[in-house]
Amino acid sequence: MYTAQIRELIKKVEATRSARLGSDFPRMTPEQREEVLKEYHPDYKEKGFRKLRIGVNQGDKVPLELADVLEVKSRLGNIELDLNKVHYDVDVLIIGGGGAGASAALEAHQKGANVLIATKLRFGDANTMMAQGGIQAADKPEDSPAQHYLDVMGGGHYSNKKELVQALVKDAPDVIKWLNDLGMMFDKEEDGTMVTTHGGGTSRKRMHAAADYTGAEIMRVLRDEVLNREIPVVEFSPAVELILDSDGKAAGAVLYNVETEEYLIAKAKTVIIATGGAGRLHYQGFPTSNHYGATADGLVMGYRAGAELIFADTIQYHPTGAAFPPQIFGSLVTEKVRSLGATPINSEGEQFVFHLETRDVEASAIIRECLGNNKGIETPTGVKCVWLDTPLIEMMHGEGTIEKRLPAMYTMYKKVGIDMRKDPILIYPTLHYQNGGLLIDEHGQTKIENLYVAGEAAGGIHGRNRLMGNSLLDILVYGRRAGTHAGQKSKDVEVKELKLDHVNAYHQSMEENGIQTDETSPMILPHYTHGRE
Amino acid sequence: MSNKEMVDIYILGKKYTVPASLTIMDSMEYAGYQLKRGCGCRAGFCGACATIYRIKGEKELKVSLACQTKVEDGMYLTQIPFFPGDKKIYDINKLEANADTMAQLYPEIYSCIGCNSCTKGCPQDLNVMQYIAYAQRGELEKCAEESFNCVMCGICASRCPAGITHYQVGILARRLNGKYIAPPTEHLHKRVAEIQEGKHDASLKELMSKNTDELKELYNSRDIEK
Repeated sequence: MYTAQIRELIKKVEATRSARLGSDFPRMTPEQREEVLKEYHPDYKEKGFRKLRIGVNQGDKVPLELADVLEVKSRLGNIELDLNKVHYDVDVLIIGGGGAGASAALEAHQKGANVLIATKLRFGDANTMMAQGGIQAADKPEDSPAQHYLDVMGGGHYSNKKELVQALVKDAPDVIKWLNDLGMMFDKEEDGTMVTTHGGGTSRKRMHAAADYTGAEIMRVLRDEVLNREIPVVEFSPAVELILDSDGKAAGAVLYNVETEEYLIAKAKTVIIATGGAGRLHYQGFPTSNHYGATADGLVMGYRAGAELIFADTIQYHPTGAAFPPQIFGSLVTEKVRSLGATPINSEGEQFVFHLETRDVEASAIIRECLGNNKGIETPTGVKCVWLDTPLIEMMHGEGTIEKRLPAMYTMYKKVGIDMRKDPILIYPTLHYQNGGLLIDEHGQTKIENLYVAGEAAGGIHGRNRLMGNSLLDILVYGRRAGTHAGQKSKDVEVKELKLDHVNAYHQSMEENGIQTDETSPMILPHYTHGRE
Repeated sequence: MSNKEMVDIYILGKKYTVPASLTIMDSMEYAGYQLKRGCGCRAGFCGACATIYRIKGEKELKVSLACQTKVEDGMYLTQIPFFPGDKKIYDINKLEANADTMAQLYPEIYSCIGCNSCTKGCPQDLNVMQYIAYAQRGELEKCAEESFNCVMCGICASRCPAGITHYQVGILARRLNGKYIAPPTEHLHKRVAEIQEGKHDASLKELMSKNTDELKELYNSRDIEK
């Protein structure tokens, strides 16, 4: 519910609305984009980063909070474990039960492999479930994989790994077909044509959706299919360390039952890390749109085992996180709201940025408006933010559009007493995505033999900035690729003696580099107190 | 803290004084819990945090998602982090989209007594009893649409005297609808075939051979669909 004070401020937005309707706000020039990024994007804030002192990426800068979980000891440091007491013995171990893990499981199973999914919370508790806006694929006549490739490379500032982008755009239509064949409900016209929209930085309308429950619908279907195939899933049992064999190849993981507090040994011929992102590390104090379990566990385990990080210093701040009211602070306001025509507006009722710049540019422009130009709105809890003028949507597309195309958003705001059809909403960038991760090749392989990574934990695909709709795509493209390859490969793998030597070596390297700490990682779960004293 | 409005809540019967502005989930953390069960996306999508509560002095038991509901003074609450619902195993490729499929897999839907407890409990405001009625009649498209916003939290099933696991009926209907009832997409099949035939290899290969400056030029001058 808006306060009387905020209601007063809304009048300025209303006063300019009809004049703004239908007028095209100019896109930034390449120079303007570079300037706003340098001055206002959090990635350019030197104080938010430090150089790693140990490991493969020694000397590379990463966010402070990530360094804090990378440069500490293993949870297994002081624990006696008998690695010969194997609790699970499988062909393919998949760590993580989101979209990447589920799709990897289905493909590995298809290859005839004996698969186990181990996940920290429930199966399906993942960022996939929360992805709203859509999934990109160049499947329309006026579009092409090449056009998609160009958009991805430009959005990523040409830093992306080419072969990873090629695989992404080439597999995309088949991913949509695969989902459709599994029974996913896409938004379609009566003749079967996909309803598609733009996302920030797209040159063609290739965003496919299932209302604004796109990720939820994908996750529900994949989860149901994994259960139908009777692939075993062990919940509330995150991996806390990888196990390598005496040849230094990935050979399983130590799982931790968070309820009984027991450690369990999972032996496997191939291992796929599909643990997702790191939003719950709250880089630079930002709120996050991420799932409760997004604590970079996969990056920590992979890094300790010697896998390389790439673009770990590039974080995606989603331009539109909810800034008000406090109950939904940091929650995602899907980019689809802007795809459908809502635009950012400052305290004076003026639009100040084209509404569909790439996410990094759009977020930086909003930060500039608040901190640089001082034209933000201040909420009763002291949060600076700007308007997102949602009533424009129904003025452009007709009454009922919001309930039909944005039901999750509509419900979220209705529950807090705000009617986004009639009133604009308050937004500010929220920590959304890690653009980088553990470096993979086009089969999802790392340089550690038999270790794969898929989904948000993987890096290289999006370069330094990901476009909307390419994450739901990449988790499935690379989940399927990793699952297929790991399933096939597991047939030829003979696991040698299980070892945790890499953990000891990591600890020794910490000592040699003067890092003294009793802290351990992975974090597994965040600890919130909400200002409790 | 002192200027904040505080309320008394009872987590599993134990009293805590918490800020009135918090959600149930946040209030549990404020009280000192580190949540393991009963916490997922924290944004109303995943259904992990089904919660049952009663306000002191009132008779009615209410259900909600902890991440989406503000605390109230005198709230007695407990979570339902897991519900032993019944999911049937099936091969989606071997089913037909009709009432017989429903009757075979979930015959208990025909035991519905029309009490409407499922609908009253739904935190997503879905008309659950209505979508079960559609399932009974084999109107699977309607069942799919009506159940579309379901987060599968299990509250409906927890309240059902007929032992129906509504949310599993919903997803079966949605998958049958997406696979068999929704119209096929011609442009999708065409593009997938083109890619398999290698028709897009050359154009991709050419782009991959470009250096950054050439790519920049192409990107900055690309035409953008209106």
